[in-house]
Amino acid sequence: MSILINKDTKVITQGMTGKTGQFHTEKCQEYANGKNCFVAGVNPKKAGESLFGIPIYASVKDAKTQTGATVSVIYVPPAGAADAIWEACEADLDLAICITEGIPVRDMLMVRNKMKAKEAAGGKKTLLLGPNCPGLITPDEIKIGIMPGHIHRKGRIGVVSRSGTLTYEAVGQLTEIGLGQSTAVGIGGDPINGLKHIDIMRAFNDDPDTDAVIMIGEIGGSDEAEAAVWCKANMKKPIVGFIAGVTAPAGKRMGHAGALISGGADTADAKLAIMEECGFTVTRNPSEMAKLLKALL
Amino acid sequence: MKIHEYQGKELLKKFGVAVPRGIPCFSVDEAVKAAETLGGKVWVVKAQIHAGGRGKGGGVKVAKSMDEVRSFAGQILGMQLVTHQTGPAGQKVRRLLIEEGADIKHEYYVAALTDRASQKVAMMGSSEGGMDIEAVAHNTPEKIIKVFVDPAVGLTDAQATELSTCIGIPAASMAQAVDTLKKLYTCYMETDSSLAEINPLILEGNGGIRALDAKFNFDSNALYRHPEIVAYRDLDEEDADEVEASKFDLAYISLDGNIGCLVNGAGLAMATMDTIKLFGAEPANFLDVGGGATTEKVTEAFKIMLKNPKVKGILVNIFGGIMKCDTIAQGVVAAAKETKLSVPLVVRMKGTNEDLGKQILRDSGLPIISADTMADAATKIVAALN
Repeated sequence: MSILINKDTKVITQGMTGKTGQFHTEKCQEYANGKNCFVAGVNPKKAGESLFGIPIYASVKDAKTQTGATVSVIYVPPAGAADAIWEACEADLDLAICITEGIPVRDMLMVRNKMKAKEAAGGKKTLLLGPNCPGLITPDEIKIGIMPGHIHRKGRIGVVSRSGTLTYEAVGQLTEIGLGQSTAVGIGGDPINGLKHIDIMRAFNDDPDTDAVIMIGEIGGSDEAEAAVWCKANMKKPIVGFIAGVTAPAGKRMGHAGALISGGADTADAKLAIMEECGFTVTRNPSEMAKLLKALL
Repeated sequence: MKIHEYQGKELLKKFGVAVPRGIPCFSVDEAVKAAETLGGKVWVVKAQIHAGGRGKGGGVKVAKSMDEVRSFAGQILGMQLVTHQTGPAGQKVRRLLIEEGADIKHEYYVAALTDRASQKVAMMGSSEGGMDIEAVAHNTPEKIIKVFVDPAVGLTDAQATELSTCIGIPAASMAQAVDTLKKLYTCYMETDSSLAEINPLILEGNGGIRALDAKFNFDSNALYRHPEIVAYRDLDEEDADEVEASKFDLAYISLDGNIGCLVNGAGLAMATMDTIKLFGAEPANFLDVGGGATTEKVTEAFKIMLKNPKVKGILVNIFGGIMKCDTIAQGVVAAAKETKLSVPLVVRMKGTNEDLGKQILRDSGLPIISADTMADAATKIVAALN
């Protein structure tokens, strides 16, 4: 088992025919059951054509109707990415994964509020992962996104992080000491996003095939603190926590638009303290995340 | 991206917010001429730098004669203005704003910003304007009032009235305050701001409402659709190395330590900085080379790091995913040769083509120290320095 996706998931790729979309679609197709998972691409100008043997449809709705796909991955460039998210939502997909980096915050604000209004009016809820994220992977089953597949190994540890390479770091450490992963999820570095740490922790808690979790955060915002408080009351599995940015100065954006210290509660030290208080095994040394987790099993 | 106060006021004015009459100047003579053009008996001479806290640092003076305008302009232009936001070195003042005096009855604080948790726009206000708002937020948080705006609906009259009432706007000035808040909100949204702050927003003796200061920050992801705001950019206010780095699509921020670090990915870059500190040293910079690093990009990254005279060693930490370790290794070797690297260099590589990458480093004949983990890399660079 796993969370959110598995070997039977059928995926639509929005922005498949662009340079980034093509490159990663091929890699995703090559990984595990990818040949059977990636069933559709979307491009209104190329409907009826195909790429890597994947048929292209005019819209997400068409692609869903024709293939029964329930998940989409988005590589559409920033200016059109929020519209692409909305298209996935309007097509009533279960999950949209937006890899695109650099989407204007206002566009994300608008689309997130539209998604919530649709839900509030009784419409289907479409989960959003990202934007500006590496995607997610259930090792040996399916990879949706831009992470290197070969560093992963099937197993029972969940990984969640905002950042791409820091997720790979945790996965790499786990694989090296013989611990596989149930699912590894990158939720993205933007300030306005979809699924948050708390949502992923909830899913890992409910997943019978996840035994423990590495939760990685960054400076900025209150997501990690909220997840920690939820975990204290509900989480039945051990957690190792790390927050990047102890050395980051206030008022400077550290690469990710979301990694910006604004008040006092969103520093790395403050978050580490809350996580520790909530029962996480926290570390200030990111090189020992996997080792610490192994000791908890 | 930040802009100057006078530019912020131009924007506010464009959206219909009342601001004092003022003229930006680059010299003392221009300042005197501006005061003459404005007329009246009182003028405010204001240093234009991007940092806040200018008044406390001596960058804002009220002049009551032309002689005073000349003398204050002379004092402020060219000074190194030190505020709590500039760092100890301060920021050189190159521009002034000469403004008509204002009849201040009360000072309020209002601002718009994006609230991550609610995913709405927060309109904030306080009766305690004119001072350091962080201090107000810290000491008397109940004096900061917030309303959350659904961007699909916009700021409603009811919300604007609620906010104005809570911060103590008198009934006679309510209509203008509500109007001002709604215009501030529109300006915030339409310019893709990430912060639009008026501190102080003043109540005048005659009951008028006016913006006496303006602070803006813009979403860099949205600048492509605002050439008029990009035109406001003042490179003198930005760190020269950060500007240079951005030309090569490198995310770079200078810090105070002595170990330069080059990493792929923002999260891993911060984690690397933290590890350096954990093992007893301080990072000299944040540097994310991004996902598609080429030899040219790595070389430029080395040049930018080495420009900083404090750098006594370099730590490279790469997790190869799509970006292959051998490509990075070639870049590191070329960069070390081109820059005639004379400080210790520790390289930690993991992931795709790791062995090939390490082989390239070994075969280069350069004294590159190889490391297995981030902790190992930090230990080795700290040891190499001592």
